[in-house]
Parts: sequence; structure tokens; C-alpha cells
Amino acid sequence: MNGSSDVLIVGGGLQGLSSAFQLARRGYRVRLLEAEYCGRHASGVNAGGVRTLGRHLAEIPLALAAREQLWHHLEELLGDTGGFVPSGQLQVAENEADERKARERVALLQAHGFGHERWVDAQQVRELVPSISPHVVGGLWADRDGYALPYRVVTAYRLAAQRLGVDILESTPVQRVERHGSLWRAHTPHGTFEAPWLVNTAGAWAWEIAAQTGDPVPMEPGGLMLMVTQRVAPFVKPVLGAMGRPLSFKQFDNGTVLIGGGLRCAADAAQRHAPVDLTRLPKSARTVIDLFPHLEHVSIARAWTGIEGFMPDEIPVIGPGAAAPQVVHAFGFSAHGFELSPIVGCIVAELVAQGRSTLPIEAFRVDRFAA
Amino acid sequence: MSEPTRDLIVIGAGPAGMAAALAARRRGLDVLLLDEQPDVGGQIYRSITTTDAQRQRILGPDYSHGASLADAVKAAGIAHWPGTAVWQVDTDKTVHALRGGANHHIAAKALVIATGAMERPFPVPGWTLPGVMTAGAGQILLKNASLVPRAPAVLAGCGPLLYLLAAQYLRAGVAIQAILDTAGGTDWRLAIRHATALLAGWGYVRKGLGLLREIKAAGVPFHQGVEKLRIEGADAAEAVAFTSRGQAHRIPCGLVLLHQGVVPNNQVTWSLRAQHHWDDEQLCWVPTCDAWGQTSLPGIYVAGDGAGIGGALVAELQGELAGIAVANALGQGERQDGEAQRARIRQHLAIRPFLNQQYRPKDEFRIPADDVIVCRCEEVTAGSIRAQVALGCSGPNQTKSFSRCGMGPCQGRQCGLTVTEVIAQATGLPPADVGYYRIRPPLKSLTLAQLASE
Amino acid sequence: MASNQPLFQPLPAVQPAPDTVSVQVDGAPVRMSRQASLAAGLLAAGVTAVRRSPVGGEARAPYCMMGVCFECLVHVDGVPNQQACLVVPQEGMRVQTLRSLAASESEGAHV
Repeated sequence: MNGSSDVLIVGGGLQGLSSAFQLARRGYRVRLLEAEYCGRHASGVNAGGVRTLGRHLAEIPLALAAREQLWHHLEELLGDTGGFVPSGQLQVAENEADERKARERVALLQAHGFGHERWVDAQQVRELVPSISPHVVGGLWADRDGYALPYRVVTAYRLAAQRLGVDILESTPVQRVERHGSLWRAHTPHGTFEAPWLVNTAGAWAWEIAAQTGDPVPMEPGGLMLMVTQRVAPFVKPVLGAMGRPLSFKQFDNGTVLIGGGLRCAADAAQRHAPVDLTRLPKSARTVIDLFPHLEHVSIARAWTGIEGFMPDEIPVIGPGAAAPQVVHAFGFSAHGFELSPIVGCIVAELVAQGRSTLPIEAFRVDRFAA
Repeated sequence: MSEPTRDLIVIGAGPAGMAAALAARRRGLDVLLLDEQPDVGGQIYRSITTTDAQRQRILGPDYSHGASLADAVKAAGIAHWPGTAVWQVDTDKTVHALRGGANHHIAAKALVIATGAMERPFPVPGWTLPGVMTAGAGQILLKNASLVPRAPAVLAGCGPLLYLLAAQYLRAGVAIQAILDTAGGTDWRLAIRHATALLAGWGYVRKGLGLLREIKAAGVPFHQGVEKLRIEGADAAEAVAFTSRGQAHRIPCGLVLLHQGVVPNNQVTWSLRAQHHWDDEQLCWVPTCDAWGQTSLPGIYVAGDGAGIGGALVAELQGELAGIAVANALGQGERQDGEAQRARIRQHLAIRPFLNQQYRPKDEFRIPADDVIVCRCEEVTAGSIRAQVALGCSGPNQTKSFSRCGMGPCQGRQCGLTVTEVIAQATGLPPADVGYYRIRPPLKSLTLAQLASE
Repeated sequence: MASNQPLFQPLPAVQPAPDTVSVQVDGAPVRMSRQASLAAGLLAAGVTAVRRSPVGGEARAPYCMMGVCFECLVHVDGVPNQQACLVVPQEGMRVQTLRSLAASESEGAHV
């Protein structure tokens, strides 16, 4: 597309790509502007968890919709499964305090009509993960959860969007947006672009765009680290988390084990760079060995980082701009946006096309921090 | 385990590292010299402290020169940690290393990275088979273990190191089955164009001609203009096939030693995100430095082949410069201007443009055909990389994310240059624009237990 | 103990170096010089392949001898993925290559 567009999307991570795809399906002409390359940061640097387990109450309807309507049907939607494996997700309880918290949560969810997480006891945990340490007393289990391959999902959405005519411009950082008459303008080093609608999916940099649309938010960019081991003989199918300490890990088909789970590191958002600092990882390494003692001699093959946007209440901003018309925001996913991204694209498309969302998004209002 | 802050940490105990440590120590600095090998010498002077008369005769006087450096390092009482694997270097100059199974975190006011060179990748069909090694490996086995090929080997490739190894084997009484020279043959027009440089570097030229004389005198079969090189075999190397001057050849052989030059070993400087530039003459990435060897990161210097291939004597001089620079920067002792060292470096480097052109590895052997493995660790072929480029992956980090190319244990050391050039050719972009892998810690494997031990 | 003819042999005039140790390689004792790397010792003892590639299963052997290719990975005293070219042989050291490891174990993996 060389000419005009109906929608400008800032940011080519998964929120932006799925939005582009869903808008294009509805016949909108979409132009997406990405500063580096698609999926460079949070979308490419996450553990790939397709997780409804352990979410904030407000996110659960979205997470369940994403899982049931989209993740399990990605092949039909995009022509690629994105490597999605419905391995189930298990959050282990290591002691009585963990178990109590887990049972309270199940009760809370049921009170809200959600039954997707269930308590499993020590015996059942061992059936699910035979090699786990004997000290684990049980866990919370979501059997239709799983994991996918972040970069493959990014590419699947990108190619699908491009097939529908979406114009994706990489290495095209948006320096500034402004309203000009009835249009939004995005200024980049390679030219200025205009469209009636603006979608802000700029990840760790979205707060800058939001400030420019008149919607300041207290979002902080932060660094996230992941590490992956060399290959190990198969020992775990489900994705694992722990109730009492931050951890997310999974073993891929090729035997490598990915270790993540909100591993924070320093980030220089202006330089778009977060250095890997392995000296922040001893606790995570210890957690893994505590749960699986046989992994102590497994080597870390590599670690990597990206920059994510964090909200003080740890839930994202999803919704229309409050100050100016024809803006939609979807950012601040605080290290757990991967699983939500397919449905976020649908919500963004609904907001543009109809001005409202089928799924409840009140909790994610952009102006919820205003005094 | 935490350590007191050092004035200088030198990573790499080859000629550049040893010279840097010595120069700094002579100015009264507190220096720590680290290396993963069990003793000083790097690769060029490997095992110089435990060698014997027989090996010295075979290896020649250039090798023996390393003894003086090694002796000087010992005599100066420089703190030396052998068997130490550096896994992370921070921009604030803290070095994280594993030594004897325990982690050490050492702060320093300055760093000299002297990690030297490694063999340029030589991706040909069959290059991953057992029985295929680098010529450098052959030389290391000779230096380190007094080992030579049991049955006549085939040496293939180009460059002075290949001929040196051949000559050393011949001196050792070891028969060579054939030398397959992939260079274009002596280019006399080139020689004339570089006549002044050749005269300036006559010592090197005479040495090179002398090696070729030794090889010719021994009657070793010498095939020139070699193309379509492939190594055949089921579980191990069994034969080498190639064409030379239009004729097809096949030589049964169980040991093939490959070499097409050496390139800087840049893992540390890339991991620091120091600035690098693509050198089209050397066909590799080189850290961008000032006249003292300081990188784009203040207080972090490179010296030796890691700063660009110049050979052992240049490495020593660059090490000296870096050591002097650090002492100057810390205000220690009388300031030196380094001009004498720079003048000698220029002299030694005069021959390089000629060597780089004469022994420029052919495109076929740097940018291989589709079915050739580029990433040995993950078995990713050149064709697979090209397919990803066609899907819109425009750089090595994207092809890495998609195909695992570069994600194996060697962390891109054996495939990085090839991938940059394959993508450059496929996109039509110059290598400088394509870029290189994002290199991150751990630079050497660290187990979960070691990581957990802090 | 070598199932193949070694690819490398000592120089003619080298006496067995006094500084040798006995290393267990796949259960069999091998005398090695302490001054040469474990990888060199394995090659001299006729070990031609040390592991299987975890991707396609082909046999792999030492390639660079200087720690940058990561082909020479062996188990040493129960710890996997040790670069043999950087290991100094010690008396009683237990080394395992693909010949004594199960297929899944030798692939740079372990159970």
C-alpha cells in the first residue's frame, strides 16, 4: 500500500500485529510502524506461556476467550499453529502456606464463575510431573493452557497481516504523534504518515505515545531476562510455575529448557537495550534445582533480554483514548501479555469498528489513574 | 566470591595479553592475567613453557620467541589465573569468571581484551565429519601434545598458516598426502602493485617463500585453484573430492585439515556492545579502536589478533601499547607516547594488504551452497538461512530466532561470519548493514549449580 | 582399547612423558600426559568421535582444539558438556564419550 490508510498502528509486537490482522480482516487499510523489527522486545522475549492460570480477575475473561477462540484455532486463523502445545500449566505449592493460598484462590474463582483452575494433590502432581522434587505438596492446574513459540507466533501474525494487505514498515521509529484536523499524524525519520485512527501498541514506549494523545499514564519500561539450557532428556511436559516464588519454565520438544518468569533486569529504554546480567539469576537457578535436583549440572546455553512496559497495578491499558477521539491503546502488559495478544487484536478492531468491546475492559481504562 | 578491585585485568595470555600485563606491571600497576588454558602462551605459543628441543626444532624460531615473554611474565610476578573461563564482562569492567568450579566477580579500573584469533569457518560439504579438523588444531596437537598425523593427511585451503603447518610436518618426518590450495595461485600483478609493501615486509615474504620451497622440495602433491571441495564419508572422513584446473580428483583420506585464514575472536567485545566495523579487506568484523587500542568503551582496550589480524609480533606490540595506555590513564609512572611501538606495528602490517588479497578466501568457501551446513551446532544449512531471508528476516538475529542458527553451544563462533555474508548476498545489502549476532553472556557454559552458587 | 586406528600418533623421539596419569575412558584405563589436553589424549588413544549431534544424531569429534567449536563435549566425573580440549587429565578421572553413554545422554544432554 503506498497511499493512504485508515489506521496507523505504532508498534509491531504481538498486540500491534494481532490488531493489524483483525482490522484488515474487517476491511480496514492498515499501516504499522515498527521501530526495530517485529517482535524484537517483549513479544519475542517471553517464555511463550499460553496461560490463563494465576491471572488477575479482570484479565480472566480475556484470557479464556483468547485460549478457547484463538490459541486452539491458530492454524485456521493464520495458517500456522505458532508452535502451540496444549501441555497444561501447573503452579506448584511447596508447603502448607502455598496450599492454603491455592485453595483460597480456587474458591474465589468459583465465586466469580470461573472453573478453569483446579487444585491437584501431591499424588496428581507426581502423575503430571514424575521427576519433581518430593517436597511439592500439590498445585493449581489448568489443563487447556500450554505454550507456543513467540517468534513463530509473531511471524505467523505478520505474514497473515501482510497477506491481507497490511503495510508493515520496520526500522521506522515513531518519534511523535499529533492530531492534525481529523487525522492523526505520526512523524518518523522516513516520513510522516496520516490516518483517521491511531492504535498505540508501542510496548515499553507506549507511555510516550499516550502522553502525546493526552492520556498520560504511570507506565515504567523495564528489562526482562530469559535463559535457556542446553538440551536435556525429556522430563517435564506441562509449563511449570511456583506459587511461592517467581518462576516459569518449560521444556521444548528439542529438549532445551526455558527458564523465565518475570526475571527483571536493568533497561535503557532510550537506547532500546537491556544488558543480560546473569548475576541476577542465582535465585532462579536455585529455584529450578530445588524443584528438579537432577538439573544441577545442566548448562545455561544463553540468556537474552527485551524491554517491557509495566503498570503499577500490573494490569494493562486496553481501551479508547480518554482525551482525544479515534485513539485506541493496548499496552502495559507487565510481562504477561503474550497469551492475551490474540484477543486484544479483536478488542482493538471492535473498538475501531463499533466503538465498544464485547468483553469487559473497564478495569483497563487508560484514565484509571487520574486523580 | 568477591575480589579486591584490580588496576587492570587482562583477558587472554597470548602474546598480546602477556605484553600488556608486562607493560602495565612495569609501570607499577596491579595486574591480573586470566586465561582458560592451563598455561600462558595463547595458541601461537601454546605449551611454550613445557615444550622440548624436538618440538622447537620442528616449530621453528618464531615459536621459541614466545618463551621470552612467558619467562618475563613469571619473573615479573604477575598474578596469573589459568584454567579460568570468563562468562560475563560488564561495561563497568567487572569480570565474572569460573575457576575451579567457583565463581569470581572481579572489578577493575581497566580491561585489556586479548582473546586473539580463531580459524575462519570453512563450510564445505562434510566439514562436520570426525576426521576433519582445522590446520590450527593440527598445530595445537603438535605444540601441546607432540602429536602428528599417523597416516598422511590432506591439507586444504590457503594462507601462510597452512603452508607453515605443512613445512612443520615435513620437518617432523611426517608425510603429507596432498595440499589443496584454494587460493587463486600467485598473482604477479598483485605482487607488483604491492611491491613497496612487499619490500618493507620482506622478512615475512622470504619466510613464506622459504616455506613453499620446503614443501615443493619434499615433492608433496600440490593442487592449485581448488574448487568444489567436499569431504566424503558416512560416519567419518573417508575421502576428499575437488576440482583443480578443470580436472576432477578424489583422494581417499581419513584426516583432512582445513584452513582459510584466521579471524578475530570477538565474543567479549560484541557482548560488551563495543562498536565494530566490517573490514572488507580482512572479510571480518573488527572492534573500532583508537591509536592505543581503546574501544568505544572507555577503559576497555583490545590488543592482538582480536583487534584485527596482524600476527604474533604485532600482537606483542599492541599489548605493550594497551598496557602503557592504561598506566597513562591511571597516572601511574612516567607517561609514554607509544610512538615507537606504533612505528614498528606499521612496519609489520605493511605486508598485510598483499596477504589479504593474495589469500582472500573464495566466495564459494565463505558463502556456501544451499545444502552445506552453516551452523554446526544446530545443523542449519545455508539454504535454510536463505529461505528465512525470503520470508522477511533481514538480519542474523531474526534468522537466529527462527531457525536456532547460532543458538547452539558455540554461540555463533563457527557460523557468525558465514551467516552475515549469506544474508548479505541474499539481500544485496553490504555486511556492514546486515550486522552480526547479538552476543550475550554466558560467554562460556555455566551450569545451573554454578549460577546458583553466586 | 581403540576401536579405530588413531588419527594421530606421538612424534618419533618422544619418550612417554614422566608426567602421565591413568584416566578411565568409557570404563577402560588410558595413560595420558598431564601436559596435553584431554582431547589430545583421547585422539592419541584412538577415540575418533566423542558425541552425537543432538539434532541429527551424527557422530562428532574435536575440530578446533582451542575451545571455540564446542564439538569435543564429553562427560567428566559425571558432569556433562565438558570441553575436552580445555580439560587437564587427572589421575582417576572418569571420562565418558558416546561409546558408553545412552543415545539421549551423549547428545550434550543428560538425564
